[in-house]
Amino acid sequence: MIQGRTWVFQNKPTIVASAAVGGPFEAQGPLADDFDVLHQDLWLGQESFEKAEKKMLEEASEYAIHKANLQKEDIQFFLSGDLMNQVISSSFTARTLGVPYLGIFGACSTSMEGLALGSLLVDGGYASHVLAATSSHNAAAEKQYRYPTEYGSQKPPTAQWTVTGAGAAVVAAKGSGIKVRAATIGRVVDMGVSDPFNMGAAMAPAAIDTIQTHFRDLQLSPTYYDLVVTGDLGRVGFKTVSDILDKQGLKFPKGLFSDCGLMIYREDQPVLSGGSGAGCSACVTYGHILSRMRKGELRKVLIVATGALLSPISYQQNESIPCIAHAVAIEHEEEGEV
Amino acid sequence: MSDKKKKKLTPIQQQYQDFAEKREPKRPIIKNCIYAFLVGGFICLIGQGISTFYIHFFHFNEKSAGDPTVATLIFISAMMTGLGFYDHIAQKAGAGTIIPVTGFANAMASAAIEHRSEGYVLGVGGNMFKLAGSVIVFGVFSAFVIGIIKVIITKYLGGF
Repeated sequence: MIQGRTWVFQNKPTIVASAAVGGPFEAQGPLADDFDVLHQDLWLGQESFEKAEKKMLEEASEYAIHKANLQKEDIQFFLSGDLMNQVISSSFTARTLGVPYLGIFGACSTSMEGLALGSLLVDGGYASHVLAATSSHNAAAEKQYRYPTEYGSQKPPTAQWTVTGAGAAVVAAKGSGIKVRAATIGRVVDMGVSDPFNMGAAMAPAAIDTIQTHFRDLQLSPTYYDLVVTGDLGRVGFKTVSDILDKQGLKFPKGLFSDCGLMIYREDQPVLSGGSGAGCSACVTYGHILSRMRKGELRKVLIVATGALLSPISYQQNESIPCIAHAVAIEHEEEGEV
Repeated sequence: MSDKKKKKLTPIQQQYQDFAEKREPKRPIIKNCIYAFLVGGFICLIGQGISTFYIHFFHFNEKSAGDPTVATLIFISAMMTGLGFYDHIAQKAGAGTIIPVTGFANAMASAAIEHRSEGYVLGVGGNMFKLAGSVIVFGVFSAFVIGIIKVIITKYLGGF
């Protein structure tokens, strides 16, 4: 069923299992306990950062499948994307898994794009088990988008730190646990910000658009969700979003609105404005938030993953940064409750 | 952002950017300048020390000690890049570590390390000058322009 721009899932697809894999920097963060695997080596014993990212995505996928008590063959579709050119991490992971695969790209919003599409396939009866996954790797992203890792450039305080991590979730037609209730698909918003070291400010308008649309489409009050999290806006973007939403009359109670990019690292970690990358919202959602929901600490959560759809070439050609945000609403249903 | 770029924005975009700008922490320029001055100066001090060392112990004179001094600084900088210290110092020091010859060495060494995974020819060789290349191109070009200006002044204006 569609309400405005929001898919409302009638059959309530279930996230039966999820997994998160992180790197050394994430291991020092406050959410370290919520990861399934944490690597102390940024290379993961591989020959290149790109191979290390693929390895993380493979691990997250395999863990999620294993935790769902399934075999690879039970996965009917693998929906995945990442930040690497031609989404190689995802495609190469799909090669390892050997299951039908759809590669997607939404930059850092890929996590929720995958979950939304996976839920849609399951809800529509076109699949009984879908695996949605995404990843990012700090050094691989730096190499592709910015400068060599060891290059001594001075980043401004608005810059963000790409998360080294991968997250995966198995969405099933049957089962108990966390249900995917609705998903709002974002539209591309470009407010003319062209500084790739200020992605938070670039992505904020897209997040505002999607959040406003979601609450309007479903006619919800700001207190409906126990937690609303944005993907990776960082300090600058998150402050901008909260202030504008406040002004527009969507006031979230204190503590019920947060940002994955601010949750994943400690205050004193040298990440400037906060975390970013496709792995950011994936790790925080599939690791931390789902685990809190399973414990019963949270019941209704809205995740708004934001993505900056730029390429290394587009910003060198002085293009501004088009951005998008996809929102997925998940709810924990008690046993026996309908 | 320059005014030229701002002109292309619609009023709504402009309004938003002004709004967002108020929430952006500014670069701490004075702090950065002090750090850059201290670290850059310290690198020069080390350079002077190395130069004096060569003059004292290896019979170089003040002029000929320059080359081995630069080579030594480049070696130290490349070493620190490889061991992963240089970029951390640079985040604090900014121009202090970019402007001296150590910054140039870091630009080349970091690109070479980064692209090692694509092989020696297409990776290391092809990418080593990715960042340093433009420094060389514009450095040589401006030297050429300055050279021509010097020739014109000395020959036709009878200066110097």
